[in-house]
Amino acid sequence: MAALADVWRRREGLRALVWLSPWIAGVSIFFVYPLLSTVYFSFHRYDMYTLEFAGLDNYRYLFEDPRVLTSAKNTLWLVLIMVPATVLCSLALAQLVVRLKAGVGLFRTIFYLPSLVPLAAGTITFVFLMNPATGPWNQFLALFGVRGPDWFGDPAWSKPSLTLLSLWSCGQLVVIFMAALLDVPRHLYEAAAIDGAGPWRQFRSVTLPAIAPVLMFSLVTNVIYALQYFTQAMIASRVASGETDSPGSSFSPGYPDESLLTLPQWLFQVGFRDYSMGYACVLALLLFATSMIFTLILLRQFRRAEEAS
Amino acid sequence: MSATIVDPGTAPPRPPAAHARRDGVRARRRRVLVWIATHALAVALALMFLAPVVFIGLTALMTDQQALTSDLWPHSWNWDNFAVVFEKSMLLRWAANTLLYAVLGTVFTVVSSVPVAYALAKFRFRGRRLAFLLVITAMMLPPQVIAVPIYLVWARLGLTDSLWPLILPMLFGDAFSIFLLRQFLITIPRDYTDAAKVDGCSDFTTLVRVILPMARPAIAAVALFQFFYCWNDYYGPLLYAGVEQDHLTLSLGLATFKAFHSVQWNLTMAATLLVTAPVIIVFFFAQRVFIEGVTLTGVKG
Repeated sequence: MAALADVWRRREGLRALVWLSPWIAGVSIFFVYPLLSTVYFSFHRYDMYTLEFAGLDNYRYLFEDPRVLTSAKNTLWLVLIMVPATVLCSLALAQLVVRLKAGVGLFRTIFYLPSLVPLAAGTITFVFLMNPATGPWNQFLALFGVRGPDWFGDPAWSKPSLTLLSLWSCGQLVVIFMAALLDVPRHLYEAAAIDGAGPWRQFRSVTLPAIAPVLMFSLVTNVIYALQYFTQAMIASRVASGETDSPGSSFSPGYPDESLLTLPQWLFQVGFRDYSMGYACVLALLLFATSMIFTLILLRQFRRAEEAS
Repeated sequence: MSATIVDPGTAPPRPPAAHARRDGVRARRRRVLVWIATHALAVALALMFLAPVVFIGLTALMTDQQALTSDLWPHSWNWDNFAVVFEKSMLLRWAANTLLYAVLGTVFTVVSSVPVAYALAKFRFRGRRLAFLLVITAMMLPPQVIAVPIYLVWARLGLTDSLWPLILPMLFGDAFSIFLLRQFLITIPRDYTDAAKVDGCSDFTTLVRVILPMARPAIAAVALFQFFYCWNDYYGPLLYAGVEQDHLTLSLGLATFKAFHSVQWNLTMAATLLVTAPVIIVFFFAQRVFIEGVTLTGVKG
């Protein structure tokens, strides 16, 4: 007994294993097992009642399914336009608030608040605000002589509309960037000013290198969240199309004209509305592979930040 | 700064003192102008951020007919729109479901994530890098990736059409919470835990007596984040809550409420306001914890 207690005291790895065991169980049940089953189901036709082997049929269908290309294009749009726009605007906003002499706390609160509004509520609100006929947004634009488009009803404008929603609720990023900006040592700016650096030069040579790890981290996490984009697109499609989701009725995902169809949306439709579980699993694996690539980039970035500190 | 340093070689013909004074005046005037410009910009942006909420409020008080026009200001203030929302929907029931999900989810997450984060941050063992890698991967994994097999398991257990498939997994630790707590715990110097060990504390008593009191802000932040995650979650309940009106959560209910009352924007906006209000109220009481929590997520330390 005494020997056992001794081993327990000296073997830190053993103790760590005990502390981690519930989580290891969780990871196995809710991560490893489902991932392996996803691979298994992807080779089958499965509608929750009959399971039959399908070989590579589901994978082959991936290349014939026009929706895959559509959703890939939509996601690419989000990654290339929505994410950079949101990150850059958050950084600009943080830069502005940090420079303010009066009311910093108040402004930070005002910019942070919208990010707390439940996504469902925020999305419904934006569909209302940007209603072409009655919404206040187009009336505001009319003051400047701009004729606003049919935001959520026009396939060309539905993604920009959701980008505006994303800009409105960027408060979390603003707070993160504010913290990073306030951490840049003051004396670096003073030294740069003595060397004759203007504001833009100071930003490029002092601010940017100092906040680079945080900036990179938020960029990559936001890209990964863009790959998972679901709630806003789903609710915007539903509310703007005016469709009701009575049981069994399939609504048109990605309204208008599949412009908001993202891979998670299509997966939801295929798996949980059409019950083609096998093909849904192939879509899931596609999503998994893409996410893993970005997660690996994030990890490398993360390790660099950790080594620097 | 640079304006006051006068290089003798290129010194202007005017006496330096007068030059400096004029420069000082000019610099001050410019500083005032910059002050006005930045604050004006901030006020303008703040108004734009607040505007949507103001329009929700105004529309929520209109009559059915007026909400369909382009008027922005209510003709009459229909405060009973809020009462109508309660009558026409199961808002209280949805709130109760959401509260159950959020409270149990938060308690389960905190209780299960703290020990994992503690072990990851303070134990030296082979494979801790791998374990941390697994946490990050799980954090970044889109929930849709593993949805199909997990759904099938819960369906076989007969637990779909309820929120339990969302609540029970939280007993096993939540990746984002573990990550956040671990980031905080590694900033606590080892000296503290080593000293506790020398005083004869076991791992458990070290956690309770030394770590937990110091980690209170991080735990509070994780709890708040998890609470709001559950409160606002749409995807999870969409998958599991079923279609019965009395099983829905607030996010889900709000989306279907719009579908059922598609022409009544005033009621929809009143409902939106009612769903949002508790979040805002909690924020005003726990502002500091929120800001601390968000700051922690910015990969520092």
